[in-house]
Amino acid sequence: MKKMFTYFLTLLGIYSIQGQSPTPASPQSAPIAIVHATIHVGNGAIIENGTLMFNEGVITHVGEMTPPAQYQIIDASGQHVYPGLILPASRVGLEEISSLRPTRDFAEAGAINPHVRTQVAYNTESELMPTFKFNGILTAQAAPESGLVSGTSSIMMLDGWNWEDATLKKDDAIHLSWPTRYNRVRYGSSSNERPLNKNYDDEVRSILDLFIDSKHYFENPPVEINLKLEALKGVFDGSKSVFVNVNNAKEIMSAITELKAIEVSNLVIVGGRDAYYVKDLIKQYNVSVVLDELHRLPSREEEDVDMPYRLPALLYKEGILVALRHRGALARSRNLPFYAGTAAAYGLSREEALQLVTSNPAKILGVSDYLGTIEKGKWATFVVSEGDLLDMSTNRVTKAFINGMDVAIEGKQQVLNQRYFDKYSK
Amino acid sequence: MKIHLNLLLVLLSFSTFAQQNFPVNGVIDQRPTSYALQHATIVVDDQITIENATLLIDMGRVVGVGVDLDIPAGVKRIDLEGKFIYPAFIDPLTSYGLKASVRKPRGEAPQYEAITEGAYGWNEAIKSYFHSASEFNVDTKAAQKLREVGFGAVLSHRADGIMTGTSVIALLGDDPTQEMLINTRAAFHLSFNKGTSNQSYPSSIMGSVALIRQSYYDADWYQREGNKIQTNLALEGVNANRNLPQFFKPEGDLQRLVLADNIGDEFGIQYVLVANGDEYQRIDLIKNTRAKLIVPLNYPDAYKVDDPLDALEISISDLKHWELAPTNPGVLEKNNIVFAFTSNGLKESKDYLKNIRRSIADGLSKSQALKAMTSVPAQLIGMENELGALRSGMRANFVITSGDLFEEKTKIFETWIQGKPYKIADRDEVLLAGEYDLNVKGQQYALEIQDATKGKISINDSVSWVVTVKLEDQLVGLSYKDSSGALIALSGWVEENHLRGTGRSDSGQWISWEAKRTNDLKPKPEKSPAESTPDPKGALIYPFVAFGNEQIPTQEDVVFKNATVWTMEDQGVLEGTDVLVRNGKIAQIAKNISSSGVREIDATGMHLTPGIIDEHSHAALSGVNEGSHAIVSEVRMKDAVDAKDSDIYRQLSGGVTMVQLLHGSANPVGGQSAIVKFKWGHTADEMLVGGADSYIKFALGENVKQSNRSNSWSTRFPQTRMGVEQVYIEGFNRALNYDKEWAKYQSLSPKLKQKSVIPRRDLQLEALAEIINKQRFITCHSYVQSEINMIMKVAEKYDFNINTFTHILEGYKVADKMAEHGAGASTFSDWWSYKYEVKDAIPYNASLMAQAGVLVAINSDDAEMARRLNQEAAKSVRYGNMEAYDALKMVTINPAKMLHLDQRTGSLKVGKDADIVLWTDHPLSIYAKVSKTMVEGTVYFDQDQDIALRDAMQKERTRIINKMIAVKKAGGKTSTYTPQEKHRWDCEEFVDVEILND
Repeated sequence: MKKMFTYFLTLLGIYSIQGQSPTPASPQSAPIAIVHATIHVGNGAIIENGTLMFNEGVITHVGEMTPPAQYQIIDASGQHVYPGLILPASRVGLEEISSLRPTRDFAEAGAINPHVRTQVAYNTESELMPTFKFNGILTAQAAPESGLVSGTSSIMMLDGWNWEDATLKKDDAIHLSWPTRYNRVRYGSSSNERPLNKNYDDEVRSILDLFIDSKHYFENPPVEINLKLEALKGVFDGSKSVFVNVNNAKEIMSAITELKAIEVSNLVIVGGRDAYYVKDLIKQYNVSVVLDELHRLPSREEEDVDMPYRLPALLYKEGILVALRHRGALARSRNLPFYAGTAAAYGLSREEALQLVTSNPAKILGVSDYLGTIEKGKWATFVVSEGDLLDMSTNRVTKAFINGMDVAIEGKQQVLNQRYFDKYSK
Repeated sequence: MKIHLNLLLVLLSFSTFAQQNFPVNGVIDQRPTSYALQHATIVVDDQITIENATLLIDMGRVVGVGVDLDIPAGVKRIDLEGKFIYPAFIDPLTSYGLKASVRKPRGEAPQYEAITEGAYGWNEAIKSYFHSASEFNVDTKAAQKLREVGFGAVLSHRADGIMTGTSVIALLGDDPTQEMLINTRAAFHLSFNKGTSNQSYPSSIMGSVALIRQSYYDADWYQREGNKIQTNLALEGVNANRNLPQFFKPEGDLQRLVLADNIGDEFGIQYVLVANGDEYQRIDLIKNTRAKLIVPLNYPDAYKVDDPLDALEISISDLKHWELAPTNPGVLEKNNIVFAFTSNGLKESKDYLKNIRRSIADGLSKSQALKAMTSVPAQLIGMENELGALRSGMRANFVITSGDLFEEKTKIFETWIQGKPYKIADRDEVLLAGEYDLNVKGQQYALEIQDATKGKISINDSVSWVVTVKLEDQLVGLSYKDSSGALIALSGWVEENHLRGTGRSDSGQWISWEAKRTNDLKPKPEKSPAESTPDPKGALIYPFVAFGNEQIPTQEDVVFKNATVWTMEDQGVLEGTDVLVRNGKIAQIAKNISSSGVREIDATGMHLTPGIIDEHSHAALSGVNEGSHAIVSEVRMKDAVDAKDSDIYRQLSGGVTMVQLLHGSANPVGGQSAIVKFKWGHTADEMLVGGADSYIKFALGENVKQSNRSNSWSTRFPQTRMGVEQVYIEGFNRALNYDKEWAKYQSLSPKLKQKSVIPRRDLQLEALAEIINKQRFITCHSYVQSEINMIMKVAEKYDFNINTFTHILEGYKVADKMAEHGAGASTFSDWWSYKYEVKDAIPYNASLMAQAGVLVAINSDDAEMARRLNQEAAKSVRYGNMEAYDALKMVTINPAKMLHLDQRTGSLKVGKDADIVLWTDHPLSIYAKVSKTMVEGTVYFDQDQDIALRDAMQKERTRIINKMIAVKKAGGKTSTYTPQEKHRWDCEEFVDVEILND
């Protein structure tokens, strides 16, 4: 309790007004060394009693050496250092209160919207941001969600004065929602039968036509700019990825074969509940998979009760590049580290499971030059935790750095806690 | 067998024709109506069959049946040698001759009140005043279709509403409606389905049950007293039809039959239950109802399973049901359940007989089948002296068939309705079949006519010509090509054992021909699939869904050895300790228990905790919100418990042993809770915790204000937190008065009671009064501090306590007041920001409330989260620095206290129920898995057994899928399976679910 008390005293110093998000951090001004830490590199390796040195936002050394004199020392004895967790395909910055329309900015009207960009809607003052950092999430892909071609995502840091500041990689990917052969059961219907989607073929066609038309468009650009076709620039040379939300085995098959047939370069399956049934196809085309939250129920009644938990291990062991995310309402995304913990309980080692939320998403998002592991030359984007980051009973983030900036991890929730803690302590 | 049945030879005179009181245009053309159908095998009823017998009928009635009958002059004789006569079938559940009700268009806004004009009741789904007779009309097209199946009479009613009114009995002739309608009030009908009523109430199964119960109570009251103050045709309808047979069509699965029967028990009514076809899955429950059943024959086709990924969508229960559905009637028979068949629910009416034959191959006796088609339905509709058999005096409704009705090839030639023949197929068709000597142009050929369409001429052992046969009444046509390819076409007529006629050779020459019948067809050695290969079927599983067991797990005495035992009592955590379980109770907790004769479970390195208790759950429910009225305290969640929900098994895999099944949060006063233990494989009744205190759901805030719905949902009071308070005050004031009125009545002496008016029983006020009288306890859905404070003040005004606040995400702001009031708090660990009223929800809520002295639990309200409640509790360690031991209490002993069951469960203490979880790791760790979950000494989830179940399920799937592929290869019918999606409920559910016909 004493520890908690001092902890909150420091907190109150930096953040005392409820309803306002914490002040963004300033760029790293002096070289810093974290010493005596257990460093979880993010690629499977662990360095015990390790030293992590970084300057001007970049890691200068990882190992066991004693830091030079000019380094400010942070003693992390008994603590763990992890790469900052990465949350792909998320509504981060685009949703505040999920049931309130005024606070939702991830779903544009219409079926085909490759040109709408999340970057400009990204709200750095979202009150949800601190709750993510508090558990170790430092970077996210802010992704659109609606229609068939939802729009263009950007990779954002969870700290910054404005969206420009916070941008890590602009317009990194186009997001699709692959049509389903059967619609959802109508809300309130008495029947459990999913109605056939009679428009399935047309919907698939309209996605493919967009890609094919854009290819021709770039081969011979007309005078008048077509924003939708323009937005697909880069999907054929691999400079822009294509993320496809799709879960059903047959729909995954059709998404991969159709999009590969028209030479989409970097293809990522998002959701992927049935991915294991089509693992060979996924491997053949070197497609990566971003799985929905593991804390969900099996997709089918007779599916193994722990199938959602085991799925990452099953795919990982096949050599498929897997990352984790949280689908839908944003607030619960703060449990991302625990999804990885669950994967560790069900077939992966803890260091392997860590990759699902660090180095793997960094590779899938094309930012592994900066993020995902704690290695020399990469950005100093990492967290320090008192215990195992992946277990909710031990996760205790004490420090977080994004590109060397010492970012605040506390927010309104901690302020409210302190206020009433004090009230009931009297 | 020669039986001479009560032969009535007094033929009635012609003058009694049916519509003698109607004016006639022209002359009356009444014809003789006497027939003698001779030399037939007559099936009089399911007991008596007479061979070579005569059926004598007159004026639409049977006047004699037997051998050696004297046939008076003037009677038309029909020779039916080789043919069979059966009583015509009766369908006890159709809508023949009635137009379906049409739902009136409605606006987006909900309709809370009845808008039907007239002196009816408050709810439009109570159509007890309706008589199908007032709208019935003969429908000759539909009648013909039914006759083709062999039906002679039907019960018909307009199925619309929860009490749908009365039905009629109609004969299926083409005569005027006045003659075909033979009973204008046959039965009274009920369902759980509000039909075309646009009124919001009821919007759930619980609401339907409550409406039926209240309607009966109101009808009683109306009989006694109520009619003095109001005229209510709906209640009069209930009373006026009480002496009719009561038919209840529950729909859904067999659990609904039990539910309907329970209602009947409450009011001393034995319903005839309309079955769903899945009764074989728990025949013991069906037997216990003692109800007679009306049983459908809608057996599923084999599914298209060639594509393994498509086949993946088919649930194991649907696969198994495909195989076992035809055994249903046989199982009913073995259990001595009285049942009638209906064609209701069949896609094609011809499947009626086809599927009955399938069921005979699957264990149903022929005599029982015939009963279910004739005498039982006759008895169910009170017409056993008129229909369903061919005894003298009964209506002459019968079918003439080519042979034994239940043989594959038997055809129905004619259906007679009240002594009048309706032709279905040509009776002579079989006569034609046989061997003939054909003489054409002086040449002799050996002709074999197989049936009315084909035959062959055999020239020698290897050469034969195909003959096309055509039969039109008594005229016959034969055509064939001879060896030279010349087409010979013959036309002629049928005489006894002779065909004769004229024809044309391919040269255009006219020729004469004749064919003399020499022999019957030699019977081919027939192989009916039923006889040839015994058809092995899969075993039943309990419950009949994925992860059901072939044997319901049973209680056993076990000792867990050498575990880390989290007692949740003062002793704290005991290392290296044994726990002995005997007779479902914890018998001993100690080191090194010597235990002979009980199974030892090595728990070395493992952790033993009490079962997880979820104070707020909506798993295992087939409905959650009766979302219509602001107060629905009359509805009971126990009416919606679904013991077949596979989420029960999934939650057992997360250590959950007991849950409170709560009503949703659509109204300030919700329904009555059900507290159940997850005894997987047992029935809903068996899962209910006996002797538990009664609970009820209350709700505050955005959901009851309907704030997150469209603007059309803005007419129901309350729309504000101000209004919510007034709903409670009004409700409790009324309940107080109600309670006083009853207390006054109950205090009277028996004599005075007899002279006094019995107050009206009101299920809604009764439940509210129970709250005031501290016989029912509130779990209150709540979020923001103002409303939490408000409801505590309301409770205090009426001198009771809010037992538990649930969700209670701003509880931390008024935790001191809650502690003072004495309320418990069952909350989420870290949910927030999903709507405006939870913007200040923080993951420190549990620890802050605990700090202020509130009893705190962590609950799920979510089928997924429920199986990780240990992890959710661990989040208070992470956020609020709570001790692990206290955190685990929040999902064990604390919720047990909230449910007043802490004397029985919630901790590991000698004498308590053995509700126990064995974990592989520290129970708050994300790396911990459940090894075993035990409820009252029975292991319902076991890691190893789980693997075995998966394997067994895969094998069973594969076996049935292969069988379906074989059906398809053999040319059998297959249909495409539509993927299913199960609706999962949570508290935020606010849909006005239409339980039926969309």
